[in-house]
Amino acid sequence: MDLMTDQKRTDEQPPDDTAVAAQPRLVVDEATIGYDRTVISEHLSVRIPDGSFTAIIGPNGCGKSTLLRALARVLTPRAGRVLLDGRAISTYRSKEIARRMGLLPQTSLAPDGIRVADLVARGRAPYQSLVHQWRPSDEDAVAAAMRATRLTELSGRLVDELSGGQRQRVWVAMLLAQQTPIVLLDEPTTFLDIAHQYELMELFRTFHDQGKTIVTVLHDLNQAARYADHLVVMNNGGIVTTGRPGEVITAELIEEVFGLRSLVVPDPVTGTPMVVPLDPRAAPAQPVPPVAPVRPVRPVVTAQPVPPVAPGVPVQPGGTDTPGVLDVDASVAGPVPSTSPITADIHPEK
Amino acid sequence: MNADIARNPSGEASTASERDPNRVDFGYEVRGLRCRWFSVRMGVRLATVSAVLFLAALTLAVMSIRFGEYALTIGDVIAALTGSGAEFHRVIVVEWRLPVVVAAIVFGALLGIGGAVFQSLTRNPLGSPDVIGFDAGSYTAVVLCILVFGRGGYWSVAGAAIVGGLATALLVYVLAYRRGVQGFRLIIVGIGVSAMLGSINAYLIARADLTDAMTVGFWGAGSITRVAWSGMFPSLVIAVVIVLAAVLLAPYLRRLELGDDAAITLGTRVQPARLALLVVGVATTALVTAAAGPIGFVALVAPQLARRLTRSPGVSMLSAAAMGAALLAAAHFLAMLIAQFYRPIPVGLITVCLGGLYLIRLLIRESRRQYGVSP
Repeated sequence: MDLMTDQKRTDEQPPDDTAVAAQPRLVVDEATIGYDRTVISEHLSVRIPDGSFTAIIGPNGCGKSTLLRALARVLTPRAGRVLLDGRAISTYRSKEIARRMGLLPQTSLAPDGIRVADLVARGRAPYQSLVHQWRPSDEDAVAAAMRATRLTELSGRLVDELSGGQRQRVWVAMLLAQQTPIVLLDEPTTFLDIAHQYELMELFRTFHDQGKTIVTVLHDLNQAARYADHLVVMNNGGIVTTGRPGEVITAELIEEVFGLRSLVVPDPVTGTPMVVPLDPRAAPAQPVPPVAPVRPVRPVVTAQPVPPVAPGVPVQPGGTDTPGVLDVDASVAGPVPSTSPITADIHPEK
Repeated sequence: MNADIARNPSGEASTASERDPNRVDFGYEVRGLRCRWFSVRMGVRLATVSAVLFLAALTLAVMSIRFGEYALTIGDVIAALTGSGAEFHRVIVVEWRLPVVVAAIVFGALLGIGGAVFQSLTRNPLGSPDVIGFDAGSYTAVVLCILVFGRGGYWSVAGAAIVGGLATALLVYVLAYRRGVQGFRLIIVGIGVSAMLGSINAYLIARADLTDAMTVGFWGAGSITRVAWSGMFPSLVIAVVIVLAAVLLAPYLRRLELGDDAAITLGTRVQPARLALLVVGVATTALVTAAAGPIGFVALVAPQLARRLTRSPGVSMLSAAAMGAALLAAAHFLAMLIAQFYRPIPVGLITVCLGGLYLIRLLIRESRRQYGVSP
């Protein structure tokens, strides 16, 4: 098939050093994607650099999961194509794609009473046929997948009895047993606690080190910046920008895409960009802003314009060291003079 | 739990699994069978339980051949089956009673397969063709056929049963359709539709004359004793086709169990696979109902009982088929036994009585699980 006529799109190619001159393996070409009557993305074009750890980020409902589901052919684009190795994925046999590309869906269902090894072994389906249901290569792949995910000890356990983190590892092992060079992950860490999140991200990093192309939807920007080497930033169904985390993640972008004012600082551990949200109650220009009071009664702030009515009330403007968050907490927790009702209506002039 | 399941294959296999890191411990005993053209893996327990159940079905079937108006000894039966007995015994055993017990085994196995398919697709132990209303649809079509069109012959009734069952299946499917078919909605719609069809049946029978109503009533009880070789041969051919299709489709069923997204990513075209499986599931019930009338609850009970015995993940078609065959053979045996002392009872009534008890237990447990305090 002559599907290689993609010259017209070269101007859209992201200025990314990982994107080689040739067409990468996984490309979305002018795709229109949506559910039933709702169109989420129109004329979407994305190139997933080969061998990259790509993270798709963006606010809720921006179409990042939809894009991933289109890449994984769970959703069929209404117009346009998704190309795998230069061919539209709709022209492949389904099993053939399953040997090149695997997906960790947001939700999967474990059959009642299934054990870990049995579930991991289901990942071998693309390699099995009616006559060959359990070749030595299948067993090797399952054993290797369980070793990589540290499940060998849990191999014979019931999946229902595992913790959330262990269960997610079982699904990852199933995906690994599929032995695909391209791995798609749909919010793989969402329901896990922070230790399990990073454990899993480290696992994906080892997959990447072994040469797999990883494409993942992530909610946590700092995780994305830390682990990914290529970011696809989405908003309102379209691509805002793509590129290396260090170049892409800026305070302006975060404000534009998420509507969140933030400070982008280097992650003290890895040096990758780290997004620290600013306090929305703070003044706009200051990097470390003083906190504006939200409670009406603020003896610390109001003491200056309105002198205390009752003498001897222990309100001292200079009593606390800095006008920060601690002030507000201290003032709320501390003894509020009941004899100064006027202060309740006074707001600080900013 | 499951202390009696060996964690490792015993003997040499056990040491091998400890030494070889590429041996997978499945948590139960597994045997692989491999050669150049062929490789399978099967749980020892699943295989054993299925074999024992099939054997039990065979034994019960042979034993029930003894019973009838002309009682035979087990020696007579075996002699007749092996072709060495008296001619009179041969006629009774091979010509008259053998098709009946073959029907018990084959139809039981088909019902088990149908139940396994539906319970797996709906992800619900209540999802079986008879609960979803296909039996009721067949029944209504047969009632119409006999009472309104006045055709009570074997083939008319069989045809009506198939058409009615398929039409109801389609109706339930369409009514339950909303962005694909969800298991629970399918069950609820099925129960509703079958209740409506039940009232139509009752109305039609109430205004029929006595002999017609008797014919319908007898058919509706579900009996395999009227089965003869003439009707059994076409049924057997279709049964073989259904079983082959089921074997071919079994891997798809296992992948669909994981949810649509996972099934797709493992290389399954979900909608065609599901449709093909639905057709197989409906075909099992349609065939049995056409040949023997509605035989309730075997499809509902067999896969779940088999699952508990085999401790296999999800429902398996093989063990469900074995359990279905054993259940129907046992019900037939019981029916023949009761006939010895009392009077003939259609096998369908026995399965409904026993299955009803099971259904009550299942419903109580399901509602506890869904609305109970602890997850």
